[in-house]
Amino acid sequence: MTATLVYGLAGSVLVGVGLYGFAVRRHLLRQILAFNIIGSGLFLLFGALARRTPDGTSDPVPQAMIITGIVVAFAATALAEALAERYQELTGRTALEEDSKPAPPDEQESELRG
Amino acid sequence: MIASAAFDILLCLLIVTVAVGSVAARDLFGAVALYIVYGLLLAIGWVRLGAVDVGLAEGAIGAGLTGVLLLGAAARLKAAPDPPRLRIVPLLLCLAVSLGLGAAVLSLSVPQPGLVPLVQENLAASGVGNPVTAVLLNFRGWDTLVESVVLVVALVGVWALAPDDLWDGRPGAAQRVKRDAVLNTFGRLLPPVGLMVGIYIVWIGAYAPGGAFQAGTVLAAVWLLAIMAGVAEPPPVRRPLWRALLVLGPAVFLLAGLHGTLWGAFMSFAPAKAKTMIMAIEFTLTLSIAVTLAMLVLGRPRRPA
Repeated sequence: MTATLVYGLAGSVLVGVGLYGFAVRRHLLRQILAFNIIGSGLFLLFGALARRTPDGTSDPVPQAMIITGIVVAFAATALAEALAERYQELTGRTALEEDSKPAPPDEQESELRG
Repeated sequence: MIASAAFDILLCLLIVTVAVGSVAARDLFGAVALYIVYGLLLAIGWVRLGAVDVGLAEGAIGAGLTGVLLLGAAARLKAAPDPPRLRIVPLLLCLAVSLGLGAAVLSLSVPQPGLVPLVQENLAASGVGNPVTAVLLNFRGWDTLVESVVLVVALVGVWALAPDDLWDGRPGAAQRVKRDAVLNTFGRLLPPVGLMVGIYIVWIGAYAPGGAFQAGTVLAAVWLLAIMAGVAEPPPVRRPLWRALLVLGPAVFLLAGLHGTLWGAFMSFAPAKAKTMIMAIEFTLTLSIAVTLAMLVLGRPRRPA
């Protein structure tokens, strides 16, 4: 039961850390990284709860779902990375603009404002 | 008991610290490097949770392949000045999410048999001895079939981002590697070992931790190493043989599922035939996953065929 608690709570914290990174960091690669931290945190939470069985064995159904999740997260990461790279080629930017202050697409220095 | 709990707590503190480090890192390369460390520590955590299959997947895919992919991205994407700043409102909101999830964990930490008894009862009819493989390829084969298709669809999406003149070109940058240099030597020494490990992992997956996804990742890594070492060349994306390899696994899986409709329902296997079917799916799926994952890491076509 201790393991469920320790890893479950760690998973909860990881989701928060990832969400914060996703909200605050602007660079697309950092957002992809943060997205992956949110995902792995959720997997850890799910996997920790899968170990609540009376004899302490890990429930195989959540395990299989988590493996599926890890593979799909990788596919999504690869697609997101390709999109980020193409976005940089087309606009010269590595961060999406904030909604409140749209910049003209030809403005190359936008990312220097930080 | 106390020592093992202390280890778990220490490991979790380390995992969280490295995750914070990855989010807060000043440069992109550092952020990705810390993310790889994070993935490897998580893999140890999965082993501690008794989920060795997940540990293998996290180590191989979460840390390994994602790491290679993002290191490449860190080199190709411009680093924009993005100093870590402390923002109070998002911090409080994220803290609230963590606290809510933590409260849910605390309230749910009562022993539950879950689906373990159900899986154990039906394991004999599944054709394999590893319960995780039984769930992946038999009880919830639907998930895995769709997942294997998702991989191919993601690859089509990546390829679709190629500029018009490179539409059917060759993925990956040209490697300039000195023959008999360290990387080149490794690129010729390690693949035979890696091939053995990959085939072993898919075979043993029927009885023990392992399986198509973990083995496919090892084989993908072997191929990527050979490519980076200049020993092998990635094929142009228009080659029909390679395209056939990409869909071979999902196609065999789908055919096996359709065969199930003759016996009972879509995606159901007769217990007597289940082992043969699962092994056929596992081996072809391993091959397709290996090619798909490696091509996802290589990315869109970057040079003419």
